[in-house]
Amino acid sequence: MSQEMNVNVTPGAGSNPFEKIGRDQNGGERIVRKSLTAWQNIRRNLYENKLSMVGLYFIIAIALMAIFAPWVTGLITGYNYFANELANANQPPSWAHWFGTDDLGRDMWVRTWKGAQISLFVGIAAALIDLVIGIVYGGIMGYFGGKVDETMNRIAEILYAIPYLLVVILLMVVMPQSLTTIIVAMSITGWINMAWIVRGEIMRLKNQEYALASKALGAGSMRIIFRHLIPNAMGPILVTLTLTIPGAMFTEAFLSFLGMGVKSPVASWGTMIDNGRQAMTTYPWRIMFPALFLAVSMFALNVFGDGLRDAFDPKMKK
Amino acid sequence: MVGYLAKKFVFMFVSLFLLVTTTFALMNAVPGSPLQSEKAPSAAVQKNLEAYYGLDKPITTQYFMYLKKLAHFDLGVSMKKRFVSVNKMISQSFKYSLRLGLVSIVTSVLAGCALGIIAALYHRKFLDNLAMILAVIGLAIPSMVLGPLLQYLLSVKISLLPVTGLKEPLDYILPTLTLSSVSIAFIARLIRSTLIEVLSSDFIKTAKAKGLSGHIIVWKHAMRNSILPVITYLGFLAANVITGSIIIEQIFAIPGMGKFFVSCITDRDYPLIMGTTVFYAVLLIASRFIADIIYALVDPRMRTSVGRGGK
Repeated sequence: MSQEMNVNVTPGAGSNPFEKIGRDQNGGERIVRKSLTAWQNIRRNLYENKLSMVGLYFIIAIALMAIFAPWVTGLITGYNYFANELANANQPPSWAHWFGTDDLGRDMWVRTWKGAQISLFVGIAAALIDLVIGIVYGGIMGYFGGKVDETMNRIAEILYAIPYLLVVILLMVVMPQSLTTIIVAMSITGWINMAWIVRGEIMRLKNQEYALASKALGAGSMRIIFRHLIPNAMGPILVTLTLTIPGAMFTEAFLSFLGMGVKSPVASWGTMIDNGRQAMTTYPWRIMFPALFLAVSMFALNVFGDGLRDAFDPKMKK
Repeated sequence: MVGYLAKKFVFMFVSLFLLVTTTFALMNAVPGSPLQSEKAPSAAVQKNLEAYYGLDKPITTQYFMYLKKLAHFDLGVSMKKRFVSVNKMISQSFKYSLRLGLVSIVTSVLAGCALGIIAALYHRKFLDNLAMILAVIGLAIPSMVLGPLLQYLLSVKISLLPVTGLKEPLDYILPTLTLSSVSIAFIARLIRSTLIEVLSSDFIKTAKAKGLSGHIIVWKHAMRNSILPVITYLGFLAANVITGSIIIEQIFAIPGMGKFFVSCITDRDYPLIMGTTVFYAVLLIASRFIADIIYALVDPRMRTSVGRGGK
C-alpha cells in the first residue's frame, strides 16, 4: 500500500482490505502550484514571449552602447562626433573606423551611438513628461468625475485635435531649433493619450473596496488617487509609456530628417539618414548604420511594448 | 447621433479657432519680418509694402482682417514670393499631395484588411505568422529608412521602378508603399485581433449552424463588426498620410505641399506659415470629423446610445 493511500484511508478503517475508501475531502482544495503574485505572473508571461524578450535585450544592448560607446571610443582612439577630418572623408568601414566615416571625415561608429543617445533621450524624456502630466490630469479627471471630468475632458479634446506637427511649426518660429523645442512640442499634445488611459483606469478602480475603505478612514482625495489608485493602474500606464517611446524617437528622427530637429554637428539618426541618403549609391555605409539602428530600436521597443501589453492582459492567457 | 455629431462639430471649430488665434499671436510675437530682411528698400517702398500686407494697422485690426479673410478662404499673400497668393501656392502643390494621399489611404485600407482577414482566418497557422511578422516589420521600419531602401533596391540596383517623380502610374508604387507601410500594418493587426474575437462569438456560431457559407459569414457578419476599429483609425490614418507625405515628398522629389513645411519657417514667410498651418489643421481636423461621421453611419449602436451624451 502506497504512502498516499494511507493518507486517504478514512478513520476507523480496519484491516479489511476491501473496505470502501471515502473520497478525500481536502484533496481538491490542496494548492499544488506555488502561488504567484500579480507581478510574478506578469514577469512569467513576459519571459515566455520570446520575441518581446529579444526586443528587451536589443533595447538594453542599444542603451548600453549609447551610454558607453562614444565615451570609451573617445578614450581609446580620440574620435569624437563633431571634429572634422577632411582627409579621411567617406572612408568605407575598416579597422580604424568600424562604421566608416561621413562626408566630413567624422567617425560613423561614434556618431551612430551618439545618435542613439539623443534618440533614446528624446524618447524617454517625452514619455516621462507625458507620464507625469497624464497621471495628474487623468487621475483628477477620473477620480472627481462629473463637472470636473466634463470640463477637463473638453479641454483635452480640443487640444487633441491640434496636430503636433503644427505645434512644431509654430514653436520653431518662436523657439530656437533644439532638442528642448522638439520635446516641448511633442509634450504639448502627447500627454492626452496617457491622461485618457489613466482616467479610464481610475474610473474603474475608484469604487473598489480598498478605495472606499481609505476614504472611510479619512484619507484625502489626492492620497487616494496617488497612493491607492495609480499603483493599481500601473499595468496600462506602463504599456502606454513603453509604446510612447518609439513614437517620440520616430518624431525626433522625422524632424531632424527634414532639417527641423537638432542641428549639425550634433548627431541625430534623422540628420545622418538624410545626409547619407544623398550619397546612398556611392557611400552606402553612411546611411546604412543609422538607418539600421533606428529601425532595430523601434522594432525592439514595439515588440517589447506588445509583449508587455499581452503580459498584463489576463485575456491573453490561454 | 445628430447631437453627438453637432457637439463634435462645435469642438472642431473651437480647436481650429484656438489654433488660428495662437498662430496669429505667435507670428506677431516674433520680432522682425521678411520685409525688413530684404536688401534695404527705400522708405517709401517699405511703407507701401507694409500697407500692402496690412502691417501698418493696429494688431487687433490685423487679427480681425485675418479672420475675415479666412472666412472667405483667403489665406493672404506670400511675403517671400511677392504678390503670389498663398492660396495659389498651396493649390498648385497640393494636387500632388492629394493624389498620393488618396492612393495611399485606399491602399492602406485594402491591403491592411486583406492581410488582417488572411491572418484571422488562418489563426495560428503559417499565413497568420507570416502576415503578423510583416506587420511588425511594417510598423517598426520608419519611412525615412524604408523609402531610401526601396529606392536603392528596386530602382537603383535593378532599375525596375522609377527613382523619383510622380507622373506615370508606375511612379506611384514606391511612394505609396513607403507612405502606407505603417498604416497597412496597423490596420492588419486591428482587423486580425477583432476578427478573431468576433469569429468566436455566439452569433457567428448561429450563422454557421444555419448553414451559411464561410464567405457570407466573414463578409456579412464578421466584417461589419471588425471594421469599426478601422473606421476609428481612419482619422489617424489621414493624419499619418498627411504628415508622412512631407518626408515621402522629399525622398521621392515630389513637388507637393511638404516643401513649404520647412521652407516657410526658414524664410520667415508669415502668411505662408499661417496658411500652411491653417490648411493642414483644417485637413487633419476635418478628416477626424469625417471618420466620426462614417463611424456613426456604420455602427447602429452609435445612433441610439451616444446621442444621449454618453462618450
